[in-house]
Amino acid sequence: MSGAEAEPGIGAVSALMDAFCPMHVILDEAGTIVHIGATLQKLRAGLPLVGRAFLEVFELRRPQTAQTMEALLASAGVKLHLRLRGAPETALKGVLAPLGGGQGAVVNLGFGISLLDAVRDYALVSSDFAATDLAIEMLYLVEAKSAAMEASRMLNLRLQGAMIAAEEQAFTDTLTGLKNRRAMDHVLARLITAGRDFALMHIDLDFFKAVNDTLGHAAGDHVLQNVARIMVEETRSEDTVARVGGDEFVILFDGLTDCETLERVAKRIIQKLEVPMPFGAHMCHVSASCGTVLSLSYDSPEAAQMLADADLALYASKHAGRAQHSFFRVEMRETSAADAPPEDSIPAAMAPRKSATAPAQNRRKDSA
Amino acid sequence: MWQMHGLINRTIERFVRETRGESLWLRVAEQAELGFVEFEAMLSYDAALTERVLEAVSAALLLPRESVLEDIGTYLVSHQKTEAVRRLLRFGGVDFVEFLHSLEDLPDRARLAVADLSLPGLELDEQLAGRFSLKVLAQPAGFGAVMLGVLRAMADDYGALVILEYFSDVEGEERIEIQLIEEAFAAGRGFELGARAG
Repeated sequence: MSGAEAEPGIGAVSALMDAFCPMHVILDEAGTIVHIGATLQKLRAGLPLVGRAFLEVFELRRPQTAQTMEALLASAGVKLHLRLRGAPETALKGVLAPLGGGQGAVVNLGFGISLLDAVRDYALVSSDFAATDLAIEMLYLVEAKSAAMEASRMLNLRLQGAMIAAEEQAFTDTLTGLKNRRAMDHVLARLITAGRDFALMHIDLDFFKAVNDTLGHAAGDHVLQNVARIMVEETRSEDTVARVGGDEFVILFDGLTDCETLERVAKRIIQKLEVPMPFGAHMCHVSASCGTVLSLSYDSPEAAQMLADADLALYASKHAGRAQHSFFRVEMRETSAADAPPEDSIPAAMAPRKSATAPAQNRRKDSA
Repeated sequence: MWQMHGLINRTIERFVRETRGESLWLRVAEQAELGFVEFEAMLSYDAALTERVLEAVSAALLLPRESVLEDIGTYLVSHQKTEAVRRLLRFGGVDFVEFLHSLEDLPDRARLAVADLSLPGLELDEQLAGRFSLKVLAQPAGFGAVMLGVLRAMADDYGALVILEYFSDVEGEERIEIQLIEEAFAAGRGFELGARAG
């Protein structure tokens, strides 16, 4: 009895394959398709694939050496990567098993990761897949995961919104709506890191303590809110106006280093602040002293140094009789240590956090 | 603390919002003393909140709790805004009977999608031809009533004609008796594998 006779005929094989593998093809010894699974034929509806050469219908991408029927047969058991020629192009995976007795071969195919496109492109339904195929479960998972991801994405968006709001709050001085010390530190660090040219103006209110002491905190708060409004009005939207202490403010002028302009802005702020502010039946009188330092004055500007120097310039203004504006000059570092500042102008909140210059720190110790 | 997944809380919320209106929901949220007006689908909440919300909805709609839960089940499958849920359920089978048989896998399927979403166990018994019994192992009871609404809507979706009977408490379990009169009674709604819920 020869081996060939013991092998089942193509008919028996195709019946089995139809039952289990709707995406198979059976090839004769010449590599011609003699039978095709229903789902595979559905991919080229109206174009009967039986009778055509396997390698004409499918482009074999890997192994690329198997471009003849002999080579194909030799690839038995190896994972095949194929592409259905024509439109729509669909990537397929497969494996070949030779039929006994040189009768040809069976190739079983599957979509692999191209399943999602294929289902859409060919309007496939559940019955197009073998009952044991995990394709439907995969489609289910893709949809379920997409829905879950979308829900998570929405949650993330809302959390991000809440985070931004919280940060906004953490960077805002609640009394005046200006930026706070933390925010100013961040902006200053950013300007320095970015190598921007900018000016830093330190402003300290004069006579504010008197308002607080005689008219009470409500009057003081009212003044601070007015002062904040004036500073915002007199600066550009790209400038940072921050309340850094009780009655101390810092303005960072991004891209503005023209001394005349800065002088003008400072004078105008002082002028407007000096307009008496009505509070109930009373009038509040305040003024301000300002000190300004330019980033251009340093080879490599440092936040603490700039703040300390602006502080010195502010002190010079106080010393010159208040309601003044001064630019920082290096000499101020030497002269400042000797003089004590006037009574109500100790800018406590301006204490640089680290590596302050010696004169500024000494002065603070002296006056404390 | 017993937890209830945000997806379930959110479903109750959306059911009220979308079928009865925003203002009624705000009233429910206040009545239930939520302290917020929107559940997060991907967070979990104290299960006591869910109970309070259900009580408040039931009071506001003048409907018994079970009817509210059944309506929520129907809403889940038939409302246009919850199309994704209907599609995920339809993946369970090509016809209503196959869908019924897929129900025992439902908790596992849900967990595959959202790892911390645990649905009550479901056990399907096929009795005579066309007669099924679905046991719902939920504590506290109530998920069975939701499943009643889901089954009713899914039968419509498949175009099957069924008679459903709900038993709210049978030895600590809920049970739904299902009698399939005609599997292909109506056309039902379409289901394309490749289409996605928008």
